[in-house]
Amino acid sequence: MTANPANALPRLESAGLDGWMVRLFEQIDEANLPWITALARQCESAFADALVDLVPSYTTLLVVFDPVRLSPSDARQKIAGLLADLKPDEDLGTGQVHELPTFYDPSVGPDLDRVSGHTGMTVEQVIDCHSNKTYRVFALGFAPGFAFMGLTDPRLECPRLDTPRKKVPVGSVAIAARQTAAYPTATPGGWNLLGRTSARLFDREREGFSLLRVGDQVRFVSVSREEFERQGGDTTPMEAAV
Amino acid sequence: MTAQSKTETAIRVHRAGPLTLLQDRGRFGVRHLGVTQGGPADLYSWAWANYLAGNPWGTASLEITFGGLQLIAERDLDIAIAGADLGATLDGQPVPLWQRITWKEGQKLSFASPVSGLRAYLSVQGGFAAEPVMGSVACVSREQLGGFDGWGSKLAEGDRLAIHTPDGKPTEGMTKAPDHARKDFRESPVLELLPGAQIAEFTGRSLYDAFNTWWRVDDRADRMGVRLLGPKLQCRIGSLISEGINLGGVQVPPDGQPIALLNDRQTIGGYPRLGALSPLSASRLAQCLPGQEVRLRACGSGPVLEHYRCFLAGFRP
Repeated sequence: MTANPANALPRLESAGLDGWMVRLFEQIDEANLPWITALARQCESAFADALVDLVPSYTTLLVVFDPVRLSPSDARQKIAGLLADLKPDEDLGTGQVHELPTFYDPSVGPDLDRVSGHTGMTVEQVIDCHSNKTYRVFALGFAPGFAFMGLTDPRLECPRLDTPRKKVPVGSVAIAARQTAAYPTATPGGWNLLGRTSARLFDREREGFSLLRVGDQVRFVSVSREEFERQGGDTTPMEAAV
Repeated sequence: MTAQSKTETAIRVHRAGPLTLLQDRGRFGVRHLGVTQGGPADLYSWAWANYLAGNPWGTASLEITFGGLQLIAERDLDIAIAGADLGATLDGQPVPLWQRITWKEGQKLSFASPVSGLRAYLSVQGGFAAEPVMGSVACVSREQLGGFDGWGSKLAEGDRLAIHTPDGKPTEGMTKAPDHARKDFRESPVLELLPGAQIAEFTGRSLYDAFNTWWRVDDRADRMGVRLLGPKLQCRIGSLISEGINLGGVQVPPDGQPIALLNDRQTIGGYPRLGALSPLSASRLAQCLPGQEVRLRACGSGPVLEHYRCFLAGFRP
């Protein structure tokens, strides 16, 4: 990426005493991710001990550093230097695809009918449409290990629920607008639930903790109730699980 | 604390009160996984409590919100309490804050209700002991991480709290904070705000209001964030594509009432921001009770950085 005039991208914006927001793109696009993950990796080595946290998201990277070890202006200069020579990560096209075994069923996906009604597709078509695409992880947030993925097929676009559920069961696979996600822990949530995955999305004992990282590729694989249970999935119906 | 140090149960929770949480410095290096930082909402008072108790930077302490907590020592302990004055007493006698004191076996340490400030920090020499989760014992209930049980639980009646047995070596440094370091949280604070990228998107009138209003702290104030009530701020941008939010970020949702984001905030969000409070101003805001008034002052990073570095230099190796 080359340096640009004042208002152009990429741009460095103040994010407090110990942070810089690197704004790389204007719009959500899967093609953004190799640039953002590349910059994150480069920051890790360039900042070394002075790095506190990195928060990649759809179009940005928040860099948080230790302002005692590194002044804000030095940190800014470091990032600007990295941006000047930045090349996108190349492994994403061929990288590993996480396959999330998913039991699509009204008992664990109580919004299948709603989505079917909203999109004009049959429940079968909704399931096919959701599971036939490879998604990218745009961002993690909302809760530990919660990955915002997309983009879903335009035909599947569906608004959030008017009233969020107080508790969405672990593993619930959901869509909202043109994004999809799976709930790593039981939390409140307003997305449309289509089914449930047996994949352990967040595990405090596992190295790296979260199954999914920003930039990863993900497929939801439709499995039968038997297969889902065999993989350790919980088939407790939504009503009973709440 | 070193991994080899011994631990023992030393304190019994007689009455839990509304909200007492174990907090070390916080959980870092995991925010890209959607895990928030946690840690003391008032870093300043937490640092003083640990220092006065003879503990190194980062030691886990109790963050006592509102009061209502009663603890009984099961052995003699050297402790320090800093931060809010919650009317603490030891067997009915008022306890001096901002200094090291001895808490004798069998004595009951009670916290009543806020006199000045909202959060008191109790540090015990050696530090509280718990198994770290993702590198920290910081207790974040929403994420079910940290605390004494590892699952984000606040203190409950009957809990017995473990500490790292002090190694017996005399600790260096002062045991009493100088007068100028002790805070009276009843004063209405002026909070330093470093302007952020969207500041130019607010209308001129709103920018005038933002920095010339006594904002009132809303009831909607917790470890995630503190909402401020006042004139409605108008921004030309309604929402952003979600992006990382740093500590102290002051976001303005469409209702025009700013929210300053604290330690347990969500890691990403999509409202335009006026900027970010300095870390010490975020600490100061965390001591404000609902109804208290605060002012925002736009600052450059130079003097704010100098101040923060001085603060850290006093406590951190």
